[in-house]
Amino acid sequence: MSDLISLTLTGLRDRLAAGEVSARAAVDACLARIQATEPALSALITVDADAARARADELDAAGYDPAKPLWGVPLAIKDALTTKGLRTTCASKILDNFTPFYDAEAVARLRAAGAVIVGKANMDEFAMGSSTENSAYQLTRNPWDAERIPGGSSGGSAASVTARQCFGALGTDTGGSIRQPASLCGCVGLKPSYGRVSRYGLVAYGSSLDQIGPLTRTVEDAAALLAVIAGPDAKDSTCADRPVDDYAAALAARPDLSGTTIGLPVEFWGQGLDGEVDERLRAAVDTARGLGAKTVEVSLPHSKYAIAAYYIVAMAEASSNLARFDGVRYGVRDAGAEELVDMYARSRSAGFGDEVQRRIMIGTYVLSAGYYDAYYRKAAQVRRLIRDDFAAALAQCDVLAGPVSPVPAWKIGAMTDDPLQMYLMDIFTISLNLAGLPGISIPAGLGATSGMPVGLQLMGRAFDEAGLLAVANTLFKALPDAGLPRAVA
Amino acid sequence: MPDYEAVIGLEVHAQLKTASKLFCSCSTAFGSEPNENVCEVCSGMPGVLPVLNRTAVEYAVKMGLAVNCEINERSVFARKNYFYPDLPAGYQISQYESPLCGPGHLDVETSAGPRRIGITRIHMENDAGKNIHSSAENVSYVDLNRAGVPLIEIVSDPDIRTSEEAVAYLKGLRSILLYLGICDGNLEEGSFRCDANVSIRPRGQAEFGTRAELKNLNSFRNVQRAIDYEIGRQADLLDDGEAVVQETRLYDAGRNTTASMRGKEEAHDYRYFPDPDLIPIQLERAWIEKWAAELPELPRERRERMAAEYDLPAEDARILTEEKGLADYFEAAVAAYDAPKKIANWMVGEFLRRLNETHTAAEDAAMGPESLAALVALIDKGTISGKIAKDVFPDLFASGRAPEEYVKAKGLVQISDAGAIEAAVDAVIAANPAEVEAYRGGKTKLMGFFVGQVMRETRGKANPQLVNELLQGRLG
Repeated sequence: MSDLISLTLTGLRDRLAAGEVSARAAVDACLARIQATEPALSALITVDADAARARADELDAAGYDPAKPLWGVPLAIKDALTTKGLRTTCASKILDNFTPFYDAEAVARLRAAGAVIVGKANMDEFAMGSSTENSAYQLTRNPWDAERIPGGSSGGSAASVTARQCFGALGTDTGGSIRQPASLCGCVGLKPSYGRVSRYGLVAYGSSLDQIGPLTRTVEDAAALLAVIAGPDAKDSTCADRPVDDYAAALAARPDLSGTTIGLPVEFWGQGLDGEVDERLRAAVDTARGLGAKTVEVSLPHSKYAIAAYYIVAMAEASSNLARFDGVRYGVRDAGAEELVDMYARSRSAGFGDEVQRRIMIGTYVLSAGYYDAYYRKAAQVRRLIRDDFAAALAQCDVLAGPVSPVPAWKIGAMTDDPLQMYLMDIFTISLNLAGLPGISIPAGLGATSGMPVGLQLMGRAFDEAGLLAVANTLFKALPDAGLPRAVA
Repeated sequence: MPDYEAVIGLEVHAQLKTASKLFCSCSTAFGSEPNENVCEVCSGMPGVLPVLNRTAVEYAVKMGLAVNCEINERSVFARKNYFYPDLPAGYQISQYESPLCGPGHLDVETSAGPRRIGITRIHMENDAGKNIHSSAENVSYVDLNRAGVPLIEIVSDPDIRTSEEAVAYLKGLRSILLYLGICDGNLEEGSFRCDANVSIRPRGQAEFGTRAELKNLNSFRNVQRAIDYEIGRQADLLDDGEAVVQETRLYDAGRNTTASMRGKEEAHDYRYFPDPDLIPIQLERAWIEKWAAELPELPRERRERMAAEYDLPAEDARILTEEKGLADYFEAAVAAYDAPKKIANWMVGEFLRRLNETHTAAEDAAMGPESLAALVALIDKGTISGKIAKDVFPDLFASGRAPEEYVKAKGLVQISDAGAIEAAVDAVIAANPAEVEAYRGGKTKLMGFFVGQVMRETRGKANPQLVNELLQGRLG
């Protein structure tokens, strides 16, 4: 294994800036690592080796450019984000043949900052899932144990980063899809505030919940990627028109946690939490106290309604968002159809997997005449209550802390026959999407029984990514580093 | 058989004349090559997002203000979900629970007197594309140039009782849209479209009957005929003891009938919900006030002003103000030559007839207002006769040539020289001794014959008044 691969994103960036490493060398190191680990991992749907090398050569030929904060840094992109000229499938058969002619805004900003895209990461089809088992293409393995799932839906991104195939990746988080795989694989995963990063080019699942964010090895790395992709975008009306803070400066300004108050929501620290997860997380909170943090108990009383509200909102939006995949203009069309409705039915039945079809049907149902008030409108009301809960809790503290996932990564296939059980795995992550707030998962060591990574979730105030990242960074550095994952060592 | 009363509500879709589409920067130009004005947003590619065109909002608010609507400072876009190949995203972005404009009204003139038609709401939405079916190739093509073009939908209250009122209301709306300069108002090209909800009930009954929604009404005449047909059809059903079925019916102009397109059970469930990709429209009071202040003189005000200012007959004023271009033309002509009544006569007669025949808007006519004014002035000065003016009108209308130069070049200047006309009079008298005798014997009706003969002799150029005087002198 190349020494380069053991560097963090910011570490590599310094070496590239100093001229000690070429962009091509960085890319070659990643491609070699991909070649070595992909057979065991299957994290990437598409590896764009030739274009990545060509781009790296271009960068080297032009010379290091200090105006490009990610000059020469190889990254992976979740296959839910459009990449100009590079196949984008959303892990769905219905987009099997789809090559976009436009970049997602976040991707365009990464490219403009000098980043090199090495591949497109596997995911649950259309980001619907918590294990990446719903990919129509391949089964991604957890880098710590190939018999286990990497989490989802950004499981490919988390596995790829954790296995050192790339120096960072973008994922998307609708109900925990960045934080949960980060927790289950043992990397850092940040879901920014809703509206912090442009959603343009993110193939929508639940539009009012979706956010793009980084998966990286360190909090500093996450801050470096967020700094590039965050900020207003005229192409996304829901993207906030507010300036981006200096995250690096915010991180540097917080050597310890004195003066920091961490809120512990009682609803997140009770029953349903696996023993070894509970043990690792309480140890992490103790570490925070050791760094000078104060902790207070807070309450999010409407949390118990979050899963119901979330699945209604997300599936309703999904049922409409996925209507465009009709086989008319792009994507896969069933050739055997006799007439229009038949063409839609055949193309969509063949193109979408079971989970996607299940969510489209539930979403269609909750929006139907006569059911709208009982479901969608009620869910929107619950959502407001949940948002108020978080505002009240965050008035008593700087950040909230809790679990990401109630359990460590489970065995492949363990829950595929029980979708409801799988939905319940999102219990600690979805509230934050409903509230639109930023959250981050940081590795809190390996579970005593399973030996699998456990992540701690920190949640912050809207658009206070700077404050959240600063606390997360200080704590992250004090928590145990699990090192190179076993399954790809 | 009971005496029935019809209850009619109209849904009007008007395309807004913005340069770009409602949610992307593609051109709205009509008549481009198929799929020329299309981007990733209006073709519904994965991951794209809509961004609202502010000018479209301004136009829609102005229409609301012009028809006395309440303007809602906060309004929300909603998705209307249904599958069709010309609808790229699988949903139309419309407004549902919170439209841009609330209740308003339009006053219209009918043969039974003035009527006030309530307007329920005006909301914004994007248009769909077009499916083009080729039976020869057995394929269907989709043209998305129109997909995303901004529309406003103007929904009337069920206040309309006759097809005449319906047409008066539609003409009134169209006229206002044209005055505001926000819509082409072209029914055939579809920039102004109308669906009609029609039901009937025994006169005096308060409850509404079951309604049918009529589609494919692409001219004022078709609106009138379709509604009349539908009222008759429903009356026949009720008279026969049958029930009217709630359904959508397509008007067939060729046969002048309506036929069922889809029934209630096949009606779409559009599953409206707020579009999460767009934030609510939040209008500032100051913008609404600014737009209100910018409203031009509207048809009704202009009709009243022109009737008074130029002393025009009410009907002429109505016709001349129905389209802004025509009213502008009239006032420009009057500015060039101050003879408003004569100019109005020429416009309501010859000019409008030719505009209609050639499907030309007044502002696009080759014959400009100065030309029409000059033509009227030539008649007044006696340079040409009214008859000659009528004869040359088609040429002038088509060519736009200056009337003075034209009549000179064609040698049509009126002969007002008594000497020249006398010669012709003498010749006519000499050539028709029998008629002269009859005339002198009391058949004075023959004067017309002599005038005609003299006019022929002078190829129509003789001043008719002079001809009359001279003939009377000779024959007297």
